[in-house]
Amino acid sequence: MNSKVNGATPVLRVENLSHSFGEGQARVEALRGVSFEARAGEVTAIVGPSGCGKSTMLYLLGLLDQPDSGEIYLRGKPMTQADDSTRTALRNKSIGFVFQFHFLIKEFTARENVAMPLRKAGVLSDEALFQAEKFLKQLGLSDKAKRFANKLSGGEQQRVAIARALVNSPDLILADEPTGNLDAANSDRVFDVLLKFARDNGPAVILVTHNPELAKRCDRRLPMLDGKFVEE
Amino acid sequence: MARKRAMGMSLLGIIFGVAFFVVTQAQTSGFETFFIRTILGTNGAIRISDRFQDVDGTVTKVSDDGQARFVFHSREGARYVEGIEYPKELRKATADFPGVTGVSEILQGAGVLNTVSRSHSVRIHGIRTREHIAVSDLEEQVIRGSIKNFRDDRQAILVGNRIAERLRLEPGDRVILAGSHESLHLRVAGIFETGVSQIDKSRIYLDLSTARSFLRKPHGGSIFQVGIRHPEDAPAVAAQMQETFAHRVVSWQEREKVWLDVFKALRVSSAITVSTIILLSGLGMFNVFAIMVIEKTRDVAILRSMGFSPGDISRIFLWQGALVLVLGIVFGCLLAAIATYGISRIPLRIRGIFSTDNFVVNWDFSHYLWAISIAIVVVAVASWIPARRAARIEPAKIIRETL
Repeated sequence: MNSKVNGATPVLRVENLSHSFGEGQARVEALRGVSFEARAGEVTAIVGPSGCGKSTMLYLLGLLDQPDSGEIYLRGKPMTQADDSTRTALRNKSIGFVFQFHFLIKEFTARENVAMPLRKAGVLSDEALFQAEKFLKQLGLSDKAKRFANKLSGGEQQRVAIARALVNSPDLILADEPTGNLDAANSDRVFDVLLKFARDNGPAVILVTHNPELAKRCDRRLPMLDGKFVEE
Repeated sequence: MARKRAMGMSLLGIIFGVAFFVVTQAQTSGFETFFIRTILGTNGAIRISDRFQDVDGTVTKVSDDGQARFVFHSREGARYVEGIEYPKELRKATADFPGVTGVSEILQGAGVLNTVSRSHSVRIHGIRTREHIAVSDLEEQVIRGSIKNFRDDRQAILVGNRIAERLRLEPGDRVILAGSHESLHLRVAGIFETGVSQIDKSRIYLDLSTARSFLRKPHGGSIFQVGIRHPEDAPAVAAQMQETFAHRVVSWQEREKVWLDVFKALRVSSAITVSTIILLSGLGMFNVFAIMVIEKTRDVAILRSMGFSPGDISRIFLWQGALVLVLGIVFGCLLAAIATYGISRIPLRIRGIFSTDNFVVNWDFSHYLWAISIAIVVVAVASWIPARRAARIEPAKIIRETL
């Protein structure tokens, strides 16, 4: 486990988080009392075999699911008991998701996809599109801004998805295998973008990956096995 | 593309459903309204006829809520004395009744109208012209000749147009009215048309005093035709009159119940039939939305991860439904108005229960309101159920399953 940004403010604190699926005796314990912190500007890689609970934890941290027990603190505030509207508002303003598949809305252009979180946050259409184009430019996609999402290459789509996650300047970026579906060149490029944004803008980035090379480039690694963090 | 086409079809369904609903209601209620106007203008809102001999068996007063109401049992068992008793007193009492606008005393009888070459059985209506005009549309119903000539000449008659056709009569012609007691030489002052063929082929109007003399009924035997300010209240007014006067009092609604029921059945049946068009469009819309929710499950999950609330997700679908609804209503109502106008210009000769040479339509805002209400309910249900389903999508589950 390495840590390069230990002095930074904790954006996220997780205490004894547990979660299970299924019913009765068929219940699977996906997380077993996980605790950790993520600091501003720090990129944390969660690594481990498939089914060890990495993605489950990501969805809990993204407030898309409720844990069985434990607590998640975002900027010091407990989240597990927060009502749905609070959690929804936080997902819009404080959390950015990047998934393995880009999950863009194909009926929209690249800039419209990126502008969506801004529109939800109440930014007027023209301003939101302007901001979206600015982000796409930073990601080298200024000439693709007005293309429909399904007319972009895989790497471009994933960069658009990253721009969408970053456009609201969130405190926390959750990336679930963001390069898992890309070739080596695109994978490096996408990862560079995430790292640069974290360094420049200071959100905490939590990254789930199978790629050991990418994990090594992160500020710290948290290996996970059977729903718990383990020593490397 | 297929979804857009299906949505377009649903929109067309709403447009045509709204339009057809309004048009059919405009027609059926148009004919009904015209029929009511005809019968009110011919036989009046209320008719007072024979006196009861046994009131107790036929009328019950009910006042459980503090307000007087009257329930009528079958009149079939009741015994009557023909005609109105004490007509002068009853006329005054009737005229003083709240809401009454006029009372016309009518003496009815039978006779045979003869010309040089033909004869025809007729129903005589002895009237006082001024009185009768106040409770009927007789003045407007005179299509040839003059009601003034009839009013000024006690030996003049007004004949129904079907009688005039049969006897080839024109205003000014001379006829002989034969009865069981005597024959009268009369002059045709005018020819009227009510549109009710049964009346037009049998009724003649004669001065009341001439009719009394001809029918040998110097007193009594007459009926009253009563005009009231609010014809729709006729049943209640008639009930109160019947209770008060102990005479048989029949409202136009009771008198024409069979035809009114026929019109009502037609109106309801056409409303049900046409509503199914809107309903089917709604089902089509529901289908499109339901498929859309399934197809867009992943997009919904992503939107939720971006901070869109369940309400936002619902609204996406509801807005689409609302768009279809608004377009459907606007174009449907526009089409309805154009079609209703067009139909009203279609030539259609009807004689029998009323007289018209065109389709009769009723321009009534309530038809539009009903059509809009049905469309709102159908579209609201068709979009609300899928919208609710979309809002309930659990994002984490969907994303996990997609990966």
